[in-house]
Amino acid sequence: MKIKDIRDVLQAEVLCGEDLLENEILYAFGSDLMSDVLAFVKTGTILLTGLVNSQVIRTAEMADINAIIFVRGKVPDKDVIDLARESSIIILTTKYTLFTASGILYSCGLRGIEASKV
Amino acid sequence: MGNISYEFPVAKDDFERAGEASSKIKKILRQLGMDSGIIRRVAIGAYEAEMNLVIHSLGGVISITIDPESIIITAEDNGPGIEDIELAMKEGYSTAPDRIREMGFGAGMGLPNMKKCSDDFIIESVVGKGTKIVMKMMLKDGD
Ligand SMILES: Nc1ncnc2c1ncn2[C@@H]1O[C@H](COP(=O)(O)OP(=O)(O)OP(=O)(O)O)[C@@H](O)[C@H]1O
Ligand SMILES: [Mg+2]
Repeated sequence: MKIKDIRDVLQAEVLCGEDLLENEILYAFGSDLMSDVLAFVKTGTILLTGLVNSQVIRTAEMADINAIIFVRGKVPDKDVIDLARESSIIILTTKYTLFTASGILYSCGLRGIEASKV
Repeated sequence: MGNISYEFPVAKDDFERAGEASSKIKKILRQLGMDSGIIRRVAIGAYEAEMNLVIHSLGGVISITIDPESIIITAEDNGPGIEDIELAMKEGYSTAPDRIREMGFGAGMGLPNMKKCSDDFIIESVVGKGTKIVMKMMLKDGD
């Protein structure tokens, strides 16, 4: 699924990284626990999270995740957005909750990462 | 080719800069043109170690040594040390307080993740002195 299609179905706003809107996403992962993200995520994954601190961006950077969706309408501070821009990560923010946003993406055909397979 | 080696100090509770050392390590490996798979393993291991220094230790140093066969990440801190290493290594075990959990840490997965990312993993700790972690990632042809 292309990031621009994810943006459309989640009625999300792009905060930085517009140039990545055409990128293809293979899996999605929703979590507020950074070590779980680091343990399970593969490249080509979009991360959905309710946390908006700079550690989310650092975690994404280390795990080669280049797309993040902040749920519940959360918007990070400017320095967090700047850090994402520096790391070539696209950030979206949606008003949907984590569960609802995940459900919408699942119904559009996007699938999660199975912990047992990694 | 000689060995390449860098050191990065990591301060206790400095969440502003937490992750900078690992980010620099990742950039160094990219500049050396290494394979993205091994870069990712090193970056994840280094970041978990760095966050543990920030969250659980009194401060310390992360270092990287690159030789023709391997990449070695070392994290050494000034205390307080870990009493029961076997317990600390268990998936899900964490002593992180609520304020740390609210930041996204405390899953108790950091040490297991470091081990998983390494070909060789050593942890030594002395209560009252400090903890030392050594992660070795072997380079294969093509890395
Ligand atoms: N450098 C250290 N100094 C002292 N104690 C440590 C250190 N590193 C880890 N520990 C102890 O080991 C426990 C487990 O560490 P681990 O990294 O696996 O999980 P965590 O840091 O609690 O959570 P996570 O890494 O998933 O965010 C910690 O909660 C802490 O009690
Ligand atoms: Mg940890």
